Amino acid sequence: MDLKMEDFNAPHSMGTTIIGVTYNGGVVLGADSRTSTGVYVANRASDKITQLTDNVYLCRSGSAADSQTVSDYVRYFLHQHTIQLGQPATVKVAANLVRLLSYNNKNFLQTGMIVGGWDKYEGGKIYGVPLGGTIIEQPFAIGGSGSSYLYGFFDQAWKEGMTEEEAEQLVVKAVSLAIARDGASGGVVRTVTINSEGVSRKFYPGDTLPLWHEELEPQNSLLDMMNVASPEPMNM
Amino acid sequence: MSNSAIDVPSRGGFSFDLCRRNDMLAKKGVNLPSFRKTGTTIVGLIFQDGVILGADTRATEGPIVCDKNCEKIHYMAPNIYCCGAGTAADTEAVTDMVSSQLQLHRYHTGRESRVVTALTLLKKHLFNYQGYVQAALVLGGVDCTGPHLHTIYPHGSTDTLPFATMGSGSLAAMAMFESKYKEGLTKDEGIQLVVDAICSGIFNDLGSGSNVDVCVITKGHKEYLRNHLLPNPRTFVNAKGYSFPKKTEVLLTKITPLRERVEVVEGGDAMEE
Repeated sequence: MDLKMEDFNAPHSMGTTIIGVTYNGGVVLGADSRTSTGVYVANRASDKITQLTDNVYLCRSGSAADSQTVSDYVRYFLHQHTIQLGQPATVKVAANLVRLLSYNNKNFLQTGMIVGGWDKYEGGKIYGVPLGGTIIEQPFAIGGSGSSYLYGFFDQAWKEGMTEEEAEQLVVKAVSLAIARDGASGGVVRTVTINSEGVSRKFYPGDTLPLWHEELEPQNSLLDMMNVASPEPMNM
Repeated sequence: MSNSAIDVPSRGGFSFDLCRRNDMLAKKGVNLPSFRKTGTTIVGLIFQDGVILGADTRATEGPIVCDKNCEKIHYMAPNIYCCGAGTAADTEAVTDMVSSQLQLHRYHTGRESRVVTALTLLKKHLFNYQGYVQAALVLGGVDCTGPHLHTIYPHGSTDTLPFATMGSGSLAAMAMFESKYKEGLTKDEGIQLVVDAICSGIFNDLGSGSNVDVCVITKGHKEYLRNHLLPNPRTFVNAKGYSFPKKTEVLLTKITPLRERVEVVEGGDAMEE
């Protein structure tokens, strides 16, 4: 294993899986929790779903520094906008600010984002803002390095008019599938559900996620594995 | 698609052209002299009533240890301290600058500084310099909203964690934290774990060494334990000691007066305007 010093000076980035899904009445956002510098996991429990306003959240992928700066600016602009308007900002306005910063500074930013939220005019909405700074309104959006493993899955599994429960389960399943196949995604699954009722955050620890092809039950040590069933540890 | 060389905005932000030129020259073999680095182990953790920060005390310049007992836990505010890893000059400069900004902010508001304020000022500066200010920091403190611990990377990204490590010894130190950290540690348990983490960096990482500095911050109180542990004392001290002659030996007493080579003429013509 060659662990080079450059890896530690590499930009802190989020090889990530991020997801936004609309359902009947709102949206569910989901993300894994791994951030890495080169091959080192710098944070195994990070929060990539950032709050912009009471009713709008943002999933971040790519350079951590860039996406934090963009989200900090957008949050600041939205607070100002909310005060001037005297009512909550819409998801469209939030997404458009994210797009504006991403597009105007496209040569300096390495970050893709998904904006999701609920407002009284348009209900639950998901906007993808990928690398070049375009904006795409979508019924569902996926992003980050783990998303390559999920396109086919979403084409098959996403349905119009899902319930909150169905959408949440879809997001958790998708993120755990991506964690299983993408080395740069891992840790826990975090979800944020936004609808007319408000916001609820959920947390699914890594050892409670479903097991996929060839995955093993979580074990504390080799001794546990040896105590299970087979008397011949090498035949496990 | 657009060509990035063409549609760069004409204004705003810093110019990093010379940095790119230097990278190009370095690739061609024109190497600049190296900076003093703190190949370092720095750590921090949250315990039941505050934050504990820890650091080793070795500073290196390439393969040479250039300071065996340097200070890596920097003062930010009376209730906030910051451990620095990376280029020594950068960690020193950025923490000094932000600490003076915090002091001015306290004069202005008459209130205790908050950790998030320090965090925002630091990340803003580091992000502006796009990673060229090589400072990797562990920021800890206790303010009116409770204890806080953050890590800040040279590119300006930040994390909020219950326990954190940075520097070249961060892997060794993180191994100790991952196996022993739990919520609600007492002060003594916390200090012991920080010391264990730093020692693991000192003994297993070539970039770290010498002594252990610790800083304990609690509500309205702090304890800076400089050289809390000295695991690498001098092993050989000459029993007889060293003696030197008190006076400098006199080799010559003859004084040769120097002749003035330029004669100064008093008076003369006044200089023209």
